Amino acid sequence: MIGLAILIPVALLLGLAGLAAFFWAIRSHQFDDLDGAALRILNDDGPKEPPAP
Amino acid sequence: MSTATSVFAVEGLRCAGCISKLEGGLATLPGVTSARVNFTTRRVSIAHDPALDDDSLKLAVERLGFVAEQFHGDLAPPEDAETRRLLKALGVAGFAAMNIMLLSVSVWSGAQGTTRTLFHWLSALIALPAVAYAGRPFFASAFAALRQGATNMDVPISIGVVLTVAVSLFETIVGGEYAYFDGATMLLFFLLAGRFLDSAMRARASDSVAALLRQSAPGGHVIGPDGTTQWRAAAELAPGMRLLVAAGEAFAADAVVEAGQSNVDRALITGENLPVPVAPGGAVLAGTINLDAPLTVKITAAVADSVIADIARMMATATQSKSRYVRIADRAARLYAPAVHSLAALSFVGWMLAGAGWHEALLIAVAVLIITCPCALGLAVPIAQVVASGALMRQGVLIKDGSALERLAAADIVLVDKTGTVTLGRPVPMGVLPLSDAEKPVALALAQVSRHPLARALAAALTAQAVAPATIGDVAEAPGLGVSATVDGVPARLGRPDWVGGDAAGDTLMTAFRRGDGPLRLLPFHDGLRPDAAAALARLRSLGLSVAMISGDRPAAVAAVAGPLGLAATSELQPGDKLAHIEALQARGQHVLMVGDGLNDGPALKAAWVSMAPASASDVGKTAADLVFMGDRLLPVAQAVLAARRTMAVVRQNFILAIGYNVLAVPLAIAGQVTPLVAAIAMSGSSLIVVANALRLRTAAR
Repeated sequence: MIGLAILIPVALLLGLAGLAAFFWAIRSHQFDDLDGAALRILNDDGPKEPPAP
Repeated sequence: MSTATSVFAVEGLRCAGCISKLEGGLATLPGVTSARVNFTTRRVSIAHDPALDDDSLKLAVERLGFVAEQFHGDLAPPEDAETRRLLKALGVAGFAAMNIMLLSVSVWSGAQGTTRTLFHWLSALIALPAVAYAGRPFFASAFAALRQGATNMDVPISIGVVLTVAVSLFETIVGGEYAYFDGATMLLFFLLAGRFLDSAMRARASDSVAALLRQSAPGGHVIGPDGTTQWRAAAELAPGMRLLVAAGEAFAADAVVEAGQSNVDRALITGENLPVPVAPGGAVLAGTINLDAPLTVKITAAVADSVIADIARMMATATQSKSRYVRIADRAARLYAPAVHSLAALSFVGWMLAGAGWHEALLIAVAVLIITCPCALGLAVPIAQVVASGALMRQGVLIKDGSALERLAAADIVLVDKTGTVTLGRPVPMGVLPLSDAEKPVALALAQVSRHPLARALAAALTAQAVAPATIGDVAEAPGLGVSATVDGVPARLGRPDWVGGDAAGDTLMTAFRRGDGPLRLLPFHDGLRPDAAAALARLRSLGLSVAMISGDRPAAVAAVAGPLGLAATSELQPGDKLAHIEALQARGQHVLMVGDGLNDGPALKAAWVSMAPASASDVGKTAADLVFMGDRLLPVAQAVLAARRTMAVVRQNFILAIGYNVLAVPLAIAGQVTPLVAAIAMSGSSLIVVANALRLRTAAR
C-alpha cells in the first residue's frame, strides 16, 4: 500500500502535466493547421535560413 | 513600420511544394513582411505594407500560379474561440476519462473493501472538477433551452451526467459496490468530440447585412455652395446635396447625374457586367462604381432609402424563415428525451413496487439513464457531416452553416442566376487573342493602367500566358475611350475601336489595340459559360432536381444563355422579384436551392431553403449563401447535392444503429444487469460503430 501512496500521485501528476502541455499547445495555435504541419516537414529550406554563399 | 494583414482563400494548394512556393514567392515581393499558409483552411494571410493594395497582392498570388479570392474580416471568427473552448473541455474530459478508467479496471478486476473505496474516492476527486469544467457547454445549453420551455439534446445529457455523478458520489460515501464516474466522464468525452467536430467544421455564419453596408461607399465629397468639396460620411448625406465622384470611386447614395459623362459598373446591383454609359440626367445607384471620368451628381434619396438599403432590409427579413429550421439532432432529441426519462422513472417505480429498496431502485434508474444517454446519437450527426464536409472541401466546396447539408439533401428545385453563376461573370477573350508576340507586352502594359473591365480581362488573359509588361511612357487615359502611351518612341493605343482607328463603334464587348502604324487588332470579349455548365446541369437533372434560371438581365441576353442549355428562364427580375419568386415556390412546399452570386441575389439566397454561391461572388452573395464553391467549374453544385444526400443516408443509418443499441441494452439496464463495466463497453462500442460508419463518407463528393 505504501507503493500506491507514491505511485498514484505520480501517475496523476504525469497526467496533469500532459493536460497542461495540451492547453499550452492550444494556446500557441498548434492545432490551427494540422494538414499544413504534416506537409511542411517535407520542405527542406527553412524560410528564415540565410541564402547559401 | 506598421503592417496590414490581408487574407486570401487560395485554390490550387495541393502539396508541400505549393506551400513553400506561395510563401517564398510572396516573401520576395517588395512590401510584404511575411506570408503564412494555412493548409487546412486553404488560406494565406499576408502581412504587408499598408501601401500595397489587395488587388496587387491578389495579382501576385495569381502570378505564382494559384487562384486567390479575398477573404474579408475573418481573422478571428467568433467560432474560433468556441472551438478552442470545446477543445480544452475535450482535453479535460479525455484526461479524466483515461485516469478514472485505469482505476476502474482494478475495481472491475476484483478490488475489495478499503482499496475499492479508496479508488472510488480517487475517481471522485478527478471526476468532480472534470465534469464541472467539461460539462459546461452542455449544462449552459440545456439550461438555456429549459428556461425557454423547450428541450434539446443537451437536456437528457445534463440530467444523465449530473444524476450519475451524484449517485456515484453517494455510493462512494457509503462505500457501495458500483460507481459510474468512468461512464460519466467517458460520455462527456465522446459527446464533446462530436460537439468539437461540429464547431470546427462550421466556418463563420456571418452577419451578411453588415457586409452589405460595407459594400456601399462610406461617404462622398460634397460640393459646397462656394464650390469647395468636403468629405462627408454616408449617414450625413441628404437628398439635394451635390457630390463630386472621381473615376474609380463608388457612389455613396442614389443620385442623378448633373454634369460629366462616364461609364458605370452596375454589376453589384444588377449582376450585369457590361459598363452602362451615363450622361447628365441619368440615374446612378448607391454602391455602383464610376469607371471613367469624374461626375457631378445630385442625391435623390438618403442612404437609408437607397436601393442597397432596401436589399439589406429584404435580407434581414428573409433570414427569419430559415432560422426556424430545427436541426435533425434536435428533432430526434425532442422525441428521445421524454421517452428516456419516463423509462428511467418507470423502472424506478417498477422496482419500488416489486419490493426492492429505494437505494437499489435508484441505482437501476441511473443505470437506465446512463445506458440511454445519447452518446452515439450525439456523434451520429456531427461525425457524418464532418467527414462529408472534408470530402467536399477537397472538391472545392466550403460549408458555412452547420445545417446546410441537412437542408441541401432535401432540395428539389434549383434556381440559378445567369451572370457569374452559369457564366463566369467576367469578360473573357473570345477565341485566341489576335496579337503578335511583340504586341502582347505592350498591350499588357496598357491594359494594366486602366480599371475598365475589358482592360482588366485583357490583362488577366495576357498574365495567364506569362507575358511580362513592356516599359511604357507618356501614359494617358482618355475617359470612356481608352489608354494611350509610347513604347520605344512608337505610340500605342488600347480602347474603343473607333478611337483606336477603326471605323465602327461596334459591340461594347469589343476593344481594339494598335501600335504605331501596325495593323488594327480587334479584340472581342464575351461573358463565357462556365466550362462544365451543361454537364453540371445535366447531372443535377439526373439527381431528380428541376432546374430553372432567374436573372435580372435583359430577355435577349438571358435567352442566349438559357436556350442552348435547355433552361426555362425568367428575366428582368429585380431583387425583390427574385425573392417573391422563391417564396411563391416555397409556399407550395418546394425546397429551393438558389445558386447566385450578386448583391441582387442576396435576398433570394437568404430566403431560399438552401443556397450556394461561387467564390467569385460579391461579399454579400458569399455571406448570404450556405455553401461556397471555388473555381470556374459549376459541377461542385451537383457534387454537393449528391454528397448531402449520402450524408443524410449515413446519418439515418447512424440513428438506427444508435437506437438499435439502446433497444438491446435498455432491457438489461431495467433488469438491473448493467454494471459500470457493461455500461463502459456498450458506450464505447456503439460510438465506435457510428464513427466507422461515417468514415465511409470520405469519398462522398466524387
